[in-house]
Amino acid sequence: MAERIIGTVRRVVGPVVEAGNVTGVEMLELVFVGDERLVGEIVRIRGDVAWIQVYEDTTGLRPGAPVIGQGEPLSVELGPGLLGSIYDGVQRPLDVLRMQMGDFVSRGVHAPALSREKRWHFRPCVTPPCRVQGGAVLGVVQETEVIEHRILTPPWVEGELVRVAPDGDYGIEDTVATVSTPGGDVDLRFFHKWPVRKGRPYAKRLACAGPLITGQRVLDTLFPVARGGVVVVPGGFGTGKTMVQHAIAKWCDADLVVYIGCGERGNEMTGVLTEFPELIDPRTGKSLMERTLLIANTSNMPVAAREASIYTGITIAEYYRDMGYNVAIMADSTSRWAEALRELSGRMEEMPADEGFPAYLPTRLAEFYERAGLVTTLGGHEGSITTIGAVSPPGGDFSEPVTQHTKRFVRAFWALDKQLANARHYPAISWLESYSEYIDDVAPWWDEKTNESWRELRSDIMAIMQKEARLEHVVKLVGADVLPDSQRLILEVAAMFKNAFLQQNAFDKVDAFCVAEKQYVMLNIIVTFYTLAAEAIQKGVTLASLKRMDVVRDIMQMKYECPNDELNRLDTLLKELEESIHELTSIYG
Amino acid sequence: MNSQASTAETSHRRLLDDREYVGLDEVSGPIVGVSGIHNVGYNELAEIVDRRGTTRLGMTLEVSEGAAVIQVFEGTSGLKLGDTRVRFRGHPLTLAVSEEMLGRAFDGLGRPFDGGPEPIGEERDVNGLPVNPTARDYPRKFIQTGISAIDGMNTLVRGQKLPVFSGSGLPHRQLVAQITRQARIVGEDIPFAVVFAGMGIKHDEARFYLKNFEESGAMERVVAFLSLADAPSVERLMTPRTALTAAEYLAFDLGMHVLVILTDMTNYCEALREISTQRQEIPSRKGYPGYLYSDLASIYERAGMLRGKPGSITQIPVVTMPNDDISHPIPDLSGFITEGQIVLDRDLDQRGIYPPIAGLPSLSRLMKDGIGEGMTRADHAHLASQLFASYAHVKDIRSLASVIGEEELTALDRSYMEFGEIFEQQFLSQGPEEDRSIEQTLDLGWKILQSLPREELHRITEEEIRKYYGR
Ligand SMILES: Nc1ncnc2c1ncn2[C@@H]1O[C@H](COP(=O)(O)OP(=O)(O)OP(=O)(O)O)[C@@H](O)[C@H]1O
Ligand SMILES: [Mg+2]
Repeated sequence: MAERIIGTVRRVVGPVVEAGNVTGVEMLELVFVGDERLVGEIVRIRGDVAWIQVYEDTTGLRPGAPVIGQGEPLSVELGPGLLGSIYDGVQRPLDVLRMQMGDFVSRGVHAPALSREKRWHFRPCVTPPCRVQGGAVLGVVQETEVIEHRILTPPWVEGELVRVAPDGDYGIEDTVATVSTPGGDVDLRFFHKWPVRKGRPYAKRLACAGPLITGQRVLDTLFPVARGGVVVVPGGFGTGKTMVQHAIAKWCDADLVVYIGCGERGNEMTGVLTEFPELIDPRTGKSLMERTLLIANTSNMPVAAREASIYTGITIAEYYRDMGYNVAIMADSTSRWAEALRELSGRMEEMPADEGFPAYLPTRLAEFYERAGLVTTLGGHEGSITTIGAVSPPGGDFSEPVTQHTKRFVRAFWALDKQLANARHYPAISWLESYSEYIDDVAPWWDEKTNESWRELRSDIMAIMQKEARLEHVVKLVGADVLPDSQRLILEVAAMFKNAFLQQNAFDKVDAFCVAEKQYVMLNIIVTFYTLAAEAIQKGVTLASLKRMDVVRDIMQMKYECPNDELNRLDTLLKELEESIHELTSIYG
Repeated sequence: MNSQASTAETSHRRLLDDREYVGLDEVSGPIVGVSGIHNVGYNELAEIVDRRGTTRLGMTLEVSEGAAVIQVFEGTSGLKLGDTRVRFRGHPLTLAVSEEMLGRAFDGLGRPFDGGPEPIGEERDVNGLPVNPTARDYPRKFIQTGISAIDGMNTLVRGQKLPVFSGSGLPHRQLVAQITRQARIVGEDIPFAVVFAGMGIKHDEARFYLKNFEESGAMERVVAFLSLADAPSVERLMTPRTALTAAEYLAFDLGMHVLVILTDMTNYCEALREISTQRQEIPSRKGYPGYLYSDLASIYERAGMLRGKPGSITQIPVVTMPNDDISHPIPDLSGFITEGQIVLDRDLDQRGIYPPIAGLPSLSRLMKDGIGEGMTRADHAHLASQLFASYAHVKDIRSLASVIGEEELTALDRSYMEFGEIFEQQFLSQGPEEDRSIEQTLDLGWKILQSLPREELHRITEEEIRKYYGR
């Protein structure tokens, strides 16, 4: 179906437009509305009336204006040139728009998502004739310094490859391969389009195995997420959701990162845009921007495009997954997405469920989170999407609908705590309220890497933190002084763990990112301190003398003093610790 | 609200010219319905002329074939269905911007409020447009306000949006006036221009601010938009928008650094709720519309800086927390949009501490980029972090002390009690005219930390301890 007039505007209520005299329109069809050709999507059809959600500001739109159908659903362009870009919620390239219309985003401006001018060097990796099917790699293009873009046969194409372009430079619209199919010859280019609301197919879904290392100690050690996992980060305003998401986008060991700023601040996106190109990825030695893609639909940009932004993001993530990459996707904040849904639903006068959200909110959430996972791709590779969604509960109250529904579909919960944030304990992730169901999936990886029982150390420290929480109730009533040293040790170790391990300053040059090995040794040092100190106390050593040991001060500073590439210092520290306590025991014990 | 044309009434309706109509279908609160019209756009400006010939302004909230729903900014009292005329202007509400605005006062819709002439200049749509995130310049220039609690612990930077969360009767006026008087960039001699938007505030409050500007000799750099308590509440919905349109012009066309004071956003939100209820929209929390977040964002996001442009917009909105409740939808949603918040605390106020800036819930998110070597001082970040951490502990000790009695506290706990006391009395507290330099603020911070033993200071490096602690 080509472009055609499908009806006229009958009513305008903010981002929702009702069109009348409608014929031959499809649900979810992409449409242009009015003389300014505002982009919209058909979201409901009843008789000859269709409802359209419009992705641009509808100011000035008048009844009687034409509605033009595009004969295809809202789709994204998938091909080389995505990485390093910044798009709005419907994949309009914001940097290109700025050149066309200046500092402010106005309406009715269109620009292709992928540059039509840029030429890419293509190296074929198949020789015709041969059979190809969806997902087969036809050749590669070096998209950025660190990412090789695999040109895939689109999922719907299957047949005999009759021609592939020779090694050379091509533009995005050039034909680089021809496949003979029962329906006739199909010319393939570097890119194809895919409808955003439809998950891309894969061969097989696999069980998660191995962690996504984030470089954040509280996450990797206490509440890990597996590659292909799904996590939610709920928290009231200012508790650190965005900082957590940024830290993961910077330091996680995914191959590439899709970051969606969904209804949040403009400056935060600008921050990423200015900071990431300067930061060096510790794994590749190249700029972080080489593996990053941004979707920015800030809070003041049209609300319907905010609704679309998370689908645009996840579709792009799936595309790289299909090449066999491990992709991490962050959505900050899914609450703003849910609110967009609520606003659109309200304007269409649908029946509301909890707190005005539409009854289909949980279904939509499930659909989004289901698109994460570790899979065997159509091409036979292993690829994954790990999804990390922020939730912004009103008043920081986790019993509200978006947090509650999201909890049903994710397996890790990183709860941000207002009290911790107020005390500037960052990341303010509550060790009592958070959980991860991925421990069993990631433990083998850790145990192998550390040659010891990571799982045991982890449960030891969790037990100490739980004991501390119980003791705190007592302390609040009578003070810590009345407790015996063996119990006060628990308070001391918990305080040590909070200060020396859990707190991690995102702005510190050394500590912003912590490799897995360092996390393990640090944990081991703190648990060892507890075990040895408890023994020493039993033998009569006082807690006060244990606290006075020089080595304690070194433990408090170890995160800053021992950089990621000088871990032998931590081994030395562990030895010193053992010796110091031993010494004390032999003197006082 | 049903906006379909009701045909019964249309017989007497006469088309005056292609954009002017006689007769209303419905008047309900600040909203009127008209039908038998054509070619009217969404968000379009309308003039409503009553039988005495007085013109009021309005804006279409919804348009459908032959009908429109209009919110009337100046209220609907005295309007009659039959003889009211409606003229559509073919564009949204605009403001004529020019340098001559400086030193003047306008009403919430941009009409002279000071008896001066109608402004002449380029007409701009007051709704503004979203800034392209790639066009923004990241704010990092430290603004010295001379107030320790802000400069030391919740640093303001140029281009930031940092609201004051207050409660009724708390001294946010004095604080905002003090910030406006004292704010400056160290080493630069250019004063801020001030755009002041008063929404639903009383005459004496407006007078307090204006007098303050006058006394500090700032009046010729001030543009005021006043929609006071006795003006119709719907007018408040436009006030921040006209004000920000003026601010954008001063900042991005004329290259000025603009401080925008929006007071009181709570009154603004109440007007929004009134319209929403009137239209029987599905409410979310406490009767506020589900789009309150997006609506507030369309105001607060109009702050910042643009790449390659010299000016800036720094916003200081005032939000009164109903019942001092920070989780009320208005402060809550504001906090989710702004770049931090300065929270005023009733308990501190009652103990006579001015400014009563709450130590823990206050936050400036852009602080990290505006402080440190070359901007404030190298030790700033660690010092602030230590003050926060220690003060947080004070709160725990105080509640313990209230249970077991102060005498039962350990020596360490007692030193925290003492630290808390001098933190509030010496660091937080200062005179409404007292203008402290950043060095004074930081040195004071180190001085009060001395009441704590050095082993307690985990957020500070050995080197800083050597350099500053016990100096
Ligand atoms: N790991 C960290 N290291 C240092 N500072 C942090 C860290 N996490 C959070 N912060 C501080 O907390 C502030 C607020 O964090 P952030 O912007 O991530 O909050 P948020 O939860 O995203 O809030 P909102 O919902 O309003 O967007 C930051 O500006 C920073 O000052
Ligand atoms: Mg955030």
